[in-house]
Amino acid sequence: MAVACLKSTDISVARFSEHQTLPPAAREASTATAIALAGVEKWYETNDGPVHALAPVDIAVRSGEMMVLLGPSGCGKTTLLRMIGGLIRPSSGAIEIAGRPLWQNGARQGEAVADLGMVFQDANLFPWLTIEDNITLPLALRKAPRPARRAKARDLMQLVGIAGFEKRWPRELSGGMRQRAAIARALSYDPDILLLDEPFGALDAMTRDAMNLELQRIWGETGKTILLVTHSINEAVFLADRVVLLSPRPGRIDTVIDVGFARPRSLEVQATPEFQQIVVALRRRLTEIA
Amino acid sequence: MTLVDTARPTAKRFDRRSLLPWITTPLLVALLIWLWQAYVRGSHISAFILPSPEAVWSAWLDLLASPRAWEHAATTVYETVIGFAWGLVIGVGLGVLIGRIAWLEKTLNPFIVAIQVVPKVAFVPLFVVWFGFGVTSKVIVSAVLAFFPILTNTVLGVKSVDIGHRDVMTSLNASRFAVFRRLELPSSLPYIITGMEVGIVLALIGAIVGEYLGGNSGLGYLLIARMNAFETDGLFAVMLQMTILGFIFYFGIGLLRRLLIPWHSSAGLEREP
Ligand SMILES: Nc1ncnc2c1ncn2[C@@H]1O[C@H](COP(=O)(O)OP(=O)(O)O)[C@@H](O)[C@H]1O
Ligand SMILES: [Mg+2]
Repeated sequence: MAVACLKSTDISVARFSEHQTLPPAAREASTATAIALAGVEKWYETNDGPVHALAPVDIAVRSGEMMVLLGPSGCGKTTLLRMIGGLIRPSSGAIEIAGRPLWQNGARQGEAVADLGMVFQDANLFPWLTIEDNITLPLALRKAPRPARRAKARDLMQLVGIAGFEKRWPRELSGGMRQRAAIARALSYDPDILLLDEPFGALDAMTRDAMNLELQRIWGETGKTILLVTHSINEAVFLADRVVLLSPRPGRIDTVIDVGFARPRSLEVQATPEFQQIVVALRRRLTEIA
Repeated sequence: MTLVDTARPTAKRFDRRSLLPWITTPLLVALLIWLWQAYVRGSHISAFILPSPEAVWSAWLDLLASPRAWEHAATTVYETVIGFAWGLVIGVGLGVLIGRIAWLEKTLNPFIVAIQVVPKVAFVPLFVVWFGFGVTSKVIVSAVLAFFPILTNTVLGVKSVDIGHRDVMTSLNASRFAVFRRLELPSSLPYIITGMEVGIVLALIGAIVGEYLGGNSGLGYLLIARMNAFETDGLFAVMLQMTILGFIFYFGIGLLRRLLIPWHSSAGLEREP
């Protein structure tokens, strides 16, 4: 188990595996752990004193899994995802990406970060780069030659459904298309894991449904591990293999729910009693904890 | 391909509103010249005080025909361009450092604010004393005047780099240099160019004011010489020449804006699909 090699001393394997129930349709890849969190905690220093954003959290995201973090706003979802992405450091605890520690001797480990692709609520495309150059920015940073970048951009734009927009400026694209480009950028260097923080939160409901279907398709075609943050119950249940419900003040894991609907799921699955049962249970729990 | 259509920019660039200034501006200028002409004729004012537009026009044509006057213009252009280039290099360099390093900004800020409040032309006589009556003192005045708007705009540009964009670079494990080259520099470019637009005009002013005070070359010198000779029409002609120079410099930077930051809305370019 990945836990055994974590440095932190206060981890018990029992506590760690509390949330580890295999989903009904456990896939072959599910034996490997893509992301392992042990006792990960976050305090923010503010002018009004320290804020306890996240109580110690243990999570193991299986390789190839689609896990969704769900919770009311302010419960520490972004904090958790940014810690996993290496953007901020945990106050305590250990994070492993594909078995490698994310932080070592106070430095973020490049190889661990290279396994991660991040997508934010805003597409965060650079306005001075064309869509093509935005998508292949990570490859440019890796000094990949231009023809290789071009070819990669074409494939990715095909994959995310924005082919033909190579030479456009970001401001010429709609919000949904910009978010597709952001996903393509995160995929460009072929990381094993995608971290998405409310990626469709700024989109209208219809675009959002379409994007959820697209994400499921991309996930199916690429076999990536996906950790997605949302505050939409429907989105969570529709997308997830497992939904992790977080409760606020301080943020902590409240419940973990397996969602076993067959893949690929169509939007109609949302109308089934089984789906609604999970949604209702989650909504009830959310009102209790919020 | 229906998506392509929805993403097309719908705004037409050359609608009636953007054409209007092209008609009103020449009309207003013509009106002003006519008023000027009418006033000179009606009031019988001395040509030493206010020459007629025709007199200024012919004095300006004389100026264009005179090789010596072109040399004066060349001197002013040289001082302005070299001074501006120094102001640009030092302003951007220091601006990037100040924008990135918090303690440096805290240390230098009181000085920058203080120097900004000082009317910098007050230093011109001092520069003439220190660096002589040649072009050097004028180049330095130009550089000093151009430096400040470029510095403050660069600092602003570097500090207003989008947090989300920084997150992207961090999540890609980009080096400090990569962050500078691929994020901070392009992101601050619109600000830097705005600073350059102000800076180039100030550089010209610096060169001219420097020439007023000393030396025997440049449009500023020529203007003072015309004044002392009571050739008021010639003085107007030199002023016109300076104004044209200012326009050329300013539009040169505008051209640079279109070339360097076509992606930015300030470049005023909307691509045809
Ligand atoms: N940079 C920060 N400084 C101080 N407090 C913060 C910071 N970021 C988040 N917080 C606080 O931490 C808590 C969790 O925030 P966040 O992770 O953004 O929650 P969520 O994404 O679930 O809405 C909130 O109470 C928030 O105010
Ligand atoms: Mg958030």
